[in-house]
Amino acid sequence: MKLKTTLGSEVYSFTELKEVFAKANEEKSGDRLAGIAAKTVQERIAAKMVLSDITLADIRSNPFLTADEDEVSAVIEGDVNETIYRNMKNWSIAELREYILSNETGDRELKRISKGLNSEMIAAVTKLMSNLDLVHAANKMEVLTTCNITIGHKGTLSSRLQPNHPTDNVDGMIASLKDGLSYGIGDALIGINPVDDSVESVKRLLHATHDFMNDWNIPTQNCVLAHVTTQMKAIQQGAPADMIFQSIAGTEAANRSFGISAELIAEANELAKKQGTGSGPQHMYFETGQGSELSAEAHYGIDQVTLESRNYGFARHYDPYIVNTVVGFIGPEYLYNSKQVIRAGLEDHFMGKLHGIPMGVDICYTNHIKADQNDIEDLGVLLTAAGVNFIIATPMGDDCMLNYQSMSYHDVATLNQTFGKTPAPVFLEWLEKMGIYENGRLGRNAGNAALFS
Amino acid sequence: MNEQLIQTITKLVVEKLKSNEVSQPSAGTADVQIKLHSKQATGALTELPPPENPNGKVTFHQTTSAKPEKKSAVHPQPAEKTISKQEEFIEELKKKTPSRIGVGRAGSRPKTNTWLQFRLDHAAAVDAVYGEVPDKILHQLDLFQVQTRVKDKEEYIRRPDLGRKLSDEAKELIKKRCAFSPSVQIVTSNGLSAKAIEENLEDVYLSLVQSLGNLGIETGTPFYVDKGRVALMDEIGDVLQPDVVVMLIGERPGLVSAESLSAYLCYQPRIGTIEADRMVVSNIHKGGIPPVEAGAYLGTLIQKILKYEASGVSLVKKEG
Ligand code: B12
Repeated sequence: MKLKTTLGSEVYSFTELKEVFAKANEEKSGDRLAGIAAKTVQERIAAKMVLSDITLADIRSNPFLTADEDEVSAVIEGDVNETIYRNMKNWSIAELREYILSNETGDRELKRISKGLNSEMIAAVTKLMSNLDLVHAANKMEVLTTCNITIGHKGTLSSRLQPNHPTDNVDGMIASLKDGLSYGIGDALIGINPVDDSVESVKRLLHATHDFMNDWNIPTQNCVLAHVTTQMKAIQQGAPADMIFQSIAGTEAANRSFGISAELIAEANELAKKQGTGSGPQHMYFETGQGSELSAEAHYGIDQVTLESRNYGFARHYDPYIVNTVVGFIGPEYLYNSKQVIRAGLEDHFMGKLHGIPMGVDICYTNHIKADQNDIEDLGVLLTAAGVNFIIATPMGDDCMLNYQSMSYHDVATLNQTFGKTPAPVFLEWLEKMGIYENGRLGRNAGNAALFS
Repeated sequence: MNEQLIQTITKLVVEKLKSNEVSQPSAGTADVQIKLHSKQATGALTELPPPENPNGKVTFHQTTSAKPEKKSAVHPQPAEKTISKQEEFIEELKKKTPSRIGVGRAGSRPKTNTWLQFRLDHAAAVDAVYGEVPDKILHQLDLFQVQTRVKDKEEYIRRPDLGRKLSDEAKELIKKRCAFSPSVQIVTSNGLSAKAIEENLEDVYLSLVQSLGNLGIETGTPFYVDKGRVALMDEIGDVLQPDVVVMLIGERPGLVSAESLSAYLCYQPRIGTIEADRMVVSNIHKGGIPPVEAGAYLGTLIQKILKYEASGVSLVKKEG
């Protein structure tokens, strides 16, 4: 394994693979905060060059965190298909990139190699790809999943309706829900973040959304994004939940700081299968985002792109219905400005897809980051072009409880219309019946929440 | 949270709401005045009437109203339904949430006024990030002030690790001035929003102290930390060895409310404590959990933490 390169008269040598990985990243404030980012742009390119010659086998045999040290590593390692891996283990990362981008390589081929790649390999190739590479390659893949309905088809852009309320007030939540539905939002799910992480509050919100879906025959699925243990208790007490949510991270220690383990997630998945209301086969929902491991001081000097990739390796073990990165959510200490958020959004989406998981994105920013709504509209366009499975939508993009901005109800409709896409087929049928969509775009009743009176 | 606690807070909130005192978030504050839905020019677009009411009042109820009958999706409401009825219905919806609903559309895009209002609110929220808490409030509440290792705003934003550590002087000062090993140590900090402290600290703090007093729980010497992060409580725990730390800290500012306060609690926080062993009561502000009620609720929560000698996920486990 060669960890050295010469550019002009300058020799760049790196002490370990982990350092090459970190320095090969595009500029991120989080890697700087961790003290592992490239010092100069030239050093960054030198690291990319070194990385391009590293083989898949080099990466597999030099783990940053071994399966013995860390259960996330163990989960990922255990899922590698050895036959497929063996066939390509001598590929360099440059060759992997070119294979992915080749016109002979399509959905089927990518899904096949996916099984033989671990999360570090997927992170490695991502570091060598340009933004357009990431858009183009991700768009080759179609990942379909089903909870109550199927989403992810080519030609569709689905959405999560996020009708949050600052006191979990049911009527207030329903008001926002009605408004969102009237714009054709919510085929991926109706998902509420509760302020009050109590079983009672979670049950109340699950019942309210479930009843509303029944009353109006809405073909979608519900979820309340409390801590996994709270959701499990609610389900055990008979509350109707179509799936179970949890935030995850890329190391065992960071997961522990979230109050979870691999075993707990497996239990939740079993419970959702046996007692959840979703027909399945998929029942789990995960959220991720670059920087959470460093925030939990559980990053082991590994860069944030690689750690993020490990989230997807962990997630795929549980065959999730949906996964999304909440890119830009935490703040400027990990992604400083719109340029970094846009890059991270494209990286996360591509890495998720190459893991074969149904990848969505919460395209967002906080008020202490250098970005505004125009920037995330840009990222919305890029991700729609990249074939993102779903995005998150709030009223006018403003979440009045989580204190951040995401895409709006209007934005999802606009992206669909601009790209000639639609919501998921079964949901679209319902929208057309309701007059919310006509001829594949917003129709006569669109934007009129009084429809649900 | 156990049944009883939920009932307590539910009751508190419901009572407050019944008395109808909850006002529109942010309305009335001087520099960050956020009008949710301003009057809009009547455009030629037919989709929706322009929203009339700029001031959707938030009202809270705990459950959904009587269940509606099964609706037929095959026969949606006709589009020609009279405008005034429609308008009325949407106005009703808007009263139930501070979120930006019922704003109409231009094609698939927002109307011009809605869009510009949103941009204005964003500008105001950006200005509300960080900020200094006026000395007056700290004097009134008799809180002395210490610093973290953060030098300025920009460093606060980029270096959360420094906001999690006390400056050397701060360590000395709290050692000197604070009671050692109290049952409850109250710490306050501007965090990401000084406004949150300005608007809510007095109410939350006084009702918390009163509630702890009523419950016979002893508190230590409270103080204020400039530019702190939540995990700073671990180092404070190491120095002062309290049983419980409750930290009142400003949340990152949102568009609807730039003054939302959180209370993070932990049983025996010490360096190395994991996040899962903390717990939080968030969205404390006049449009969320009313501050006075929050203070009272925190008292009962602390009582429970002391009883079980645990917080966060460990508390949930112990409770069974
Ligand atoms: C940012 C944020 C996060 C970030 C935190 C990272 C970071 N560096 O800030 C991430 C994405 C990792 C996160 C994760 C989770 N969060 Co959170 N988070 C927030 C948010 C939007 C803002 C927090 C804030 O302004 N902090 C102020 C600054 C000054 O604090 P800080 O020191 O910079 O950062 C610390 C806090 O943010 C804290 N924190 C953040 N979330 C949570 C949740 C819990 C339960 C605890 C104990 C601590 C905690 O961790 C950070 C590191 O110490 C709030 C919403 C709100 N209105 O407050 C929700 C919120 C606090 N989170 C919530 C939840 C439920 C979670 C999760 C448990 C979700 C899940 N099911 O897994 C996880 C796990 C949390 C954990 N144990 O670590 C709930 C809490 C509900 C409750 N009463 O228990 C809130 C209120 C949002 C909601 N309603 O869903 N979160």
